[in-house]
Amino acid sequence: MTIQHAAAPTGLAAAERVELLRTMILIRAFEEAILRDYHADKKPAWDIGAGLIPGEMHLSAGQEPVAAGICAHLTANDAVTATHRPHHLAIAHGMDLNRLAAEIYGRETGLGRGRGGHMHLFDPDTHFSCSGIIAEGYPPALGQAFAFQRRGTDRVAVAVTGEGAANQGGFHESLNLAALWKLPVVFVVEDNDWGISVPRKASTSVASNADRAAGYGMPGVRVEGNDVEAIHAAAGEAVARARSGQGPTLLEVHTLRLWGHFEGDAQGYRPELAEVPEHDPIPAYIKALTDDGALDASAVDGYRAEAVQKVEDALAFAKSSPTPKPEEALRYVFVEGA
Amino acid sequence: MSVTAQNPAAAGAHAPSPVLPVEPEAGTRRLNTAKALQEAIGSQMEANPEVFVMGEDVGAYGGIFSSTTGLLDRFGPQRVIDTPISETAFIGLGIGAAVEGMRPIVELMFVDFFGVCMDQIYNHMAKIHYESGGNVRVPMVLMTATGGGYSDGAQHSQSLWGTFAHLPGMKVVVPSTPYDAKGLMTAAIQSDDPVVYMFHKGVMGLPWMAKNKRSIGAVPEQDYIVPIGKARVAREGTDVSIVTLSLSVHHSLDVAEKLEGEGISVEVLDLRSVVPLDREAIVATAAKTGRVIVVDEDYQSFGLSGEIAATLAENAASRGAAFSRVCVPDVPIPYARDLEYAVLPTPARIEAAVRAAVAG
Repeated sequence: MTIQHAAAPTGLAAAERVELLRTMILIRAFEEAILRDYHADKKPAWDIGAGLIPGEMHLSAGQEPVAAGICAHLTANDAVTATHRPHHLAIAHGMDLNRLAAEIYGRETGLGRGRGGHMHLFDPDTHFSCSGIIAEGYPPALGQAFAFQRRGTDRVAVAVTGEGAANQGGFHESLNLAALWKLPVVFVVEDNDWGISVPRKASTSVASNADRAAGYGMPGVRVEGNDVEAIHAAAGEAVARARSGQGPTLLEVHTLRLWGHFEGDAQGYRPELAEVPEHDPIPAYIKALTDDGALDASAVDGYRAEAVQKVEDALAFAKSSPTPKPEEALRYVFVEGA
Repeated sequence: MSVTAQNPAAAGAHAPSPVLPVEPEAGTRRLNTAKALQEAIGSQMEANPEVFVMGEDVGAYGGIFSSTTGLLDRFGPQRVIDTPISETAFIGLGIGAAVEGMRPIVELMFVDFFGVCMDQIYNHMAKIHYESGGNVRVPMVLMTATGGGYSDGAQHSQSLWGTFAHLPGMKVVVPSTPYDAKGLMTAAIQSDDPVVYMFHKGVMGLPWMAKNKRSIGAVPEQDYIVPIGKARVAREGTDVSIVTLSLSVHHSLDVAEKLEGEGISVEVLDLRSVVPLDREAIVATAAKTGRVIVVDEDYQSFGLSGEIAATLAENAASRGAAFSRVCVPDVPIPYARDLEYAVLPTPARIEAAVRAAVAG
């Protein structure tokens, strides 16, 4: 790998910039592999419940800059709560790829022993959780931040929703309470322009959800351009603010849903669909880094190959893992032996 | 996050639970249910710094139904925390704190209000342990008041324990006596599972509400546990069994005492927990008397009484027992006193059911 030493205009060292890129590449490699296996055995008659990976599948391609830019500021001691579209955040936050993949494949070695599935990932090692109900990951993040605050640590919780969830009660209640108690939370809105098939303009009364922060007495920041370094910079301020006891920040990122809401979504409602691939943030970032001399373009193939290998290893682990035993379906409703 | 064997290092936040006696002798000291409840919470807060109380008006007010009176003075606002009226946010906050190893006791004043935050309760609090394959625990107590009888209308008088019992993943306890209120709360706080702790306003012994004499009773000063999921035979009898819980236990015992003089022997089973449900005790009392009346202040259809009927039907030892029920007949709780008492399981309705059972 060849890294130039020129510092980026944002102040990031070349090595840090390349690390952001590599995180994004790993996430994309993971989701491309999931996409492949998800669709592979659903033909000829497409059946959502059939195949190696059954059920709904929400992939985050295009939203990698949000995860990479924010999670670069976190350690495994910090908490992240995500949405029904969680993989990019899980991977960027350092979740074990084997256990993530195994959960998606519904295996006993998965994070939830196959009880959760891809929308319900809970990882004590990285304090990661997610929810299939919009805005409802915000309130538990308050509690994790509360525990961190009460124990006198400088740990933070990052709570992520989509822009559609910013119209839910849980979103607003959480902003108020976090600001009131100065909880170490960073609220993140991933604005990918679409709440399933409804465009943001048809669902949201303000141009920017960041404006709503003013109503709760906290800073609001909107980042345009799906630019990982701009996100990194804004998140850095928000995380530092939370770590130092100054309370929450609302950070909205204008990002991109490259693929459908779920796999199988033909997106007939989406007029700009043909142009979407042109806005893929990963080639754009590769170009920016190469133009700046921070990256030797020939290194990218190596990063991709390395990421694909990691992902294929994780998928092999998942696919070779046992499926949960049907007779154990009733386990874990309650703590055993308690 | 609070975890089990897969990540033992992170489990250090749990203080080891002291071994407490199970259902010791009641002794002679008498308390009302509210004070017994306060005592359990206070004692567990002293024993474990991770225990805290949070909710609407739990601080200076002391809880609208006196569940937390005196705790603010003892433990201060860092551990007895008044919240905004934002149930989704503060119940979710309790969940997040619990998964990080704290032991929140969260009060949401009336069970009728749970609709505004139901997602946090049944999709999060109750499901995280299962969805995580047992790797994440939610050791949280969600405490609330239930029941009618004082003209508070349809949105402040429901019981609803059947609703929470129907949704898997949370234990549901409903004490009737001061003794059980303390022991069940101690067990709930020490439980690694989420527990919905439902106290009927009418059992608390509050000075501003009509009081049943049984809302004041003997409570040991020491800490102890009433196991969650174990029913109690509140009164032995041979002719007919009343299977019930909460304030209806008091009414049923009053009726049983009255009918004793007429030679009718009534057994009263106090369920104490809806989840887990002590099905063995239900079957045993049915097998003993051959006649079961379920008295339930919750709605009649699709609830606890139907579950008990199914339990009897599914078990050979109790199959064929005569069965009837005295419940709220699937109507919102009315406001006007005459209407409300027409639908509540009053002593008069219970007495009529017992007479019909022994006559049949």
